[in-house]
Amino acid sequence: MDALIIETVVKAIVVLLVISALAGFGTYLERKVLAFMQRRLGPMHVGPFGLLQILADGIKLFTKEDIVPQHANRLIFMVAPAITAATAFIALAAVPLFPEFTLFGYTIRPIVADLNVGILFVLGAMASGLYGPLLAGMAQANKWGIIGSARTAILFLSYEVVTGLSILAPIMIVGSLSLIDFNNAQAGGVSDWMVWQQPVAFVLFLIAGFAETNRTPFDLLEHEAEVISGYATEYSGMRWGMFFIGEYANMITVAFLASLVFFGGFNPIGFIPGFLAIILKVSFFFFLMLWVRASWPHVRPDQLMWLCWKVLMPIAILNILITGIVLL
Amino acid sequence: MSLEKFKDRNIGNQNYTLIGHEAFPQTSGEKFERVMKRMLKGELFVGLWVTLRTMFQALFKGEMHTTKYPFEKLPISPRYRAIHEMLRLLESGHYRCIGCGLCEQICISDCIRMDTRYDENQRKEVSEYTINFGRCIFCGYCAEVCPELAIVHGPRYETSSEQRASFSLFEDMLTPIDALKQQKEYPGFGAISPNADENIKKTPLAY
Repeated sequence: MDALIIETVVKAIVVLLVISALAGFGTYLERKVLAFMQRRLGPMHVGPFGLLQILADGIKLFTKEDIVPQHANRLIFMVAPAITAATAFIALAAVPLFPEFTLFGYTIRPIVADLNVGILFVLGAMASGLYGPLLAGMAQANKWGIIGSARTAILFLSYEVVTGLSILAPIMIVGSLSLIDFNNAQAGGVSDWMVWQQPVAFVLFLIAGFAETNRTPFDLLEHEAEVISGYATEYSGMRWGMFFIGEYANMITVAFLASLVFFGGFNPIGFIPGFLAIILKVSFFFFLMLWVRASWPHVRPDQLMWLCWKVLMPIAILNILITGIVLL
Repeated sequence: MSLEKFKDRNIGNQNYTLIGHEAFPQTSGEKFERVMKRMLKGELFVGLWVTLRTMFQALFKGEMHTTKYPFEKLPISPRYRAIHEMLRLLESGHYRCIGCGLCEQICISDCIRMDTRYDENQRKEVSEYTINFGRCIFCGYCAEVCPELAIVHGPRYETSSEQRASFSLFEDMLTPIDALKQQKEYPGFGAISPNADENIKKTPLAY
C-alpha cells in the first residue's frame, strides 16, 4: 500500500514536471512554427536557435509584479488561474502516456491512476478547467473580462455536447471507458485503428477538442482583436503564466486523447516501438493545432454555437445511431 | 455644377463595384446549399496547404523574409539622403572643400557652420566645419549646391544619438586618408547626372 502511494506520488510529480516543462517548450514550438509559416525566424537570439527563450520568458513571468486590480474580487481573482492549471494536470492523471516499461527491475505503468472511467474523468476534469476563465473574467472588474467569461460560457455550452456524443460511438465499440482498454482494443496494427471505423467521430472529436483547448478556430475567449485579452486582460506575471501552462497542458491532453482513442495509442507500428509511436502521434496533433492557428481565421461566438448545436450535434447523434444499429 | 454635388460627402459608394461577392443566400435552403458547398469544396484544406507550403519554402528554399537587422543590412538606394560625407580629391588626397560657404548659406535648418582662413599658400582652408544633426532635416540642399561635390550624402542611416544636439566635425565626415582608394565617386544626391555633358549649353564663342 505504501509502495503504491509512493509510486503514485512520484508518478504525479514526474508528470507535473515533465508536462509543465513541455508546456513551456510548447510556447517555443508555437512561436517557431507560426514564424516559419509566416516566413519569419521566430525566437533566435537567446541561446542556440532561441531555445533559452523559454527560460527568459519564465524569469520574466516569475519576477513580474503580481497586480490585483482595485475592484476585483481578490480571492477568486487569485484562485482562478490555479483552477485552469490544476484541472489540466488532474485530467492527465487518467491518461496512459506510454506503454509499460521496466526500470531497475521494477515494472512501471506510466499512468498515474488507471481509472475504469478514465475517459469520462479526463473529459470531466478538462471541462471543469473552464471554470478558470469563467471565474477569472467575472472577478477582475473589467468589461473585457466579463465579455471573455460570457464567451467562456458560450464555448462551454457549445462544445461539451459534441465532445461527449462524439466519443460515445468509440466507447460503444470498445465497451469500456478505460483508456488502456481503448489502447488494447487497437493492438492489431494500423488497420485496427478506431479512426477507420469511426472517421466521423474522429473529426467531431477533433473539432470539439480545438474548442475545448480554446485553440484558434474557436479562440474567442481571448481573441486580442476583439476583446483585448478576454478573461486574461487584467492578469500579469505568473498568474497569467498559469493560464498559459493550463492551455498547453490541455493541448497535450487532447493530443494524447485523440491518439489513444482513434490512432492506436501506444501500440508499436511495425518497427517503431510504442513509446515513439505515441510521441510521434502526439507531436503531429500538437503541430496540427499550431498549423491550424497559422491557417484559419477564427469564428464568431454565434457561429460556434450554430456549428456545435445545429451541425455537429445532429451528425454526432446520427453517428451514434448508425453505430448502434451496426453493433446490434 | 450644382451645390448638391459639393455637399455629397458620401464618397466612395458610387464608383465602386464589389468583386468576387456571390449573392448572399436568402432562404434557408440556399444557406444550407452554401454550407454544403463550402464544406465539400475543401477550402479549409487549401488554407492548410498554403501555410505548409510557405513553411517548407521558408525553411528549405531560403525564402525566409527576415533580415537580422543589426547583423545584416539591406542595400540602400544611392539617392538615399543620410549622414553627410566629405570627399577628398583622388589625385592629391586633399579635401575637396574650397570653403565657399554655399552649403552654410543654403542650409534651411541652419545646421551647418563653417569658418575659413587663408593658409600659408593663400589658399582657403576650412578651420571649423560642423553639422548639427539634431537640426539637420536631410533635405540635400547642401549636396545639391556644392560646386566641388565635396559634401555628399552617404549611406549611413543609423542616426540615433543620446542628445538632441549631436554635432559632427569635419574630420569625422572626411574620408580617412588611408581609405582614399575606396572612395567612390558619388552617384547619388547632388552628383552630376550621367548625361550631364548633353545638358550643358556651351557658351557661344562669339559672345
